[in-house]
Amino acid sequence: MNTAASPRIGLFWFASPQTFFPLAGKMVPLFSLLAAGLLLVGLYIAFLVAPTDATQGESYRIIFIHVPAAWMSMFLYLVMAFWAAVGLVFNTRLSSMMATAIAPTGALMTFLALWTGAFWGRPTWGAYWVWDARLTSELILLFLYLGFIALQAAIDDPRRADKAGAVLALVGVVNVPIIYFSVQWWNTLHQGASVSITRAPSMATTMLWGMLVMALAFWMYSIAVVLHRLRSIILERERRTEWVRELLREGRIK
Amino acid sequence: MNWGSWDNFLRMGGYGFFVWGSYGMAMAILVIEVWQLKVRRRRAVTELQREAARRSA
Repeated sequence: MNTAASPRIGLFWFASPQTFFPLAGKMVPLFSLLAAGLLLVGLYIAFLVAPTDATQGESYRIIFIHVPAAWMSMFLYLVMAFWAAVGLVFNTRLSSMMATAIAPTGALMTFLALWTGAFWGRPTWGAYWVWDARLTSELILLFLYLGFIALQAAIDDPRRADKAGAVLALVGVVNVPIIYFSVQWWNTLHQGASVSITRAPSMATTMLWGMLVMALAFWMYSIAVVLHRLRSIILERERRTEWVRELLREGRIK
Repeated sequence: MNWGSWDNFLRMGGYGFFVWGSYGMAMAILVIEVWQLKVRRRRAVTELQREAARRSA
């Protein structure tokens, strides 16, 4: 049963929870540190460098969390669906665990994108919410994440939960391009490409940099929290294996 | 960007509620998620220790 630890299959070496667990443990503090550093720089640019917007005043500063959250909400869904599919096809436990670990963070990013969008929509459009194609498809994304989480929670056998969740995740993938292209395919209140701030070049540059740094911070944060959650999921699911018991005996997990 | 005073900074040109409402929610989500991670980890390890104690008993 523990032969999974032998490096004979190369690519599948880290597909074993036993080998990935300590590696993830080293990656969590690294990515947390990167996230914290980038967040500080990003907030510095967002509030102390980026100038006031000529048309939207200071309300536009919401962009520095709205756009990164929206990007992450879609990107995390694709990554989640990818690992769910890998787990489904190759029957690798760790891939499915990765998908399960991503879902809560994806749901939170989606919620944050919707929330900040509402708080930006009110001063700019005069409404917290409209049934616009972009907003509605993003709301469906939130329901897909919540559906994935609820479905997996409702099935007792983890491997069956993995498979059912994977099917749901894969069906839902069609929603991601719909969100992304919604502003082109339909007449929406939501603005088009996020980076199209046609203003004096220097201003556009600081805004763009602020957004990119914040996006990178959100990315590093997501990696850190997902890996941390993955380690807990591994401990939950592999608690009857000898290697987990060994770690506990050696006092390396507490 | 020069805000002049803390008051101006917090007022955000009249958009304080919307700007801080957004950043506040982002902060709240971060705190809740990290706290949730700690709880889950704690629970998993406690369960492991309980099973180990049961085995040795």
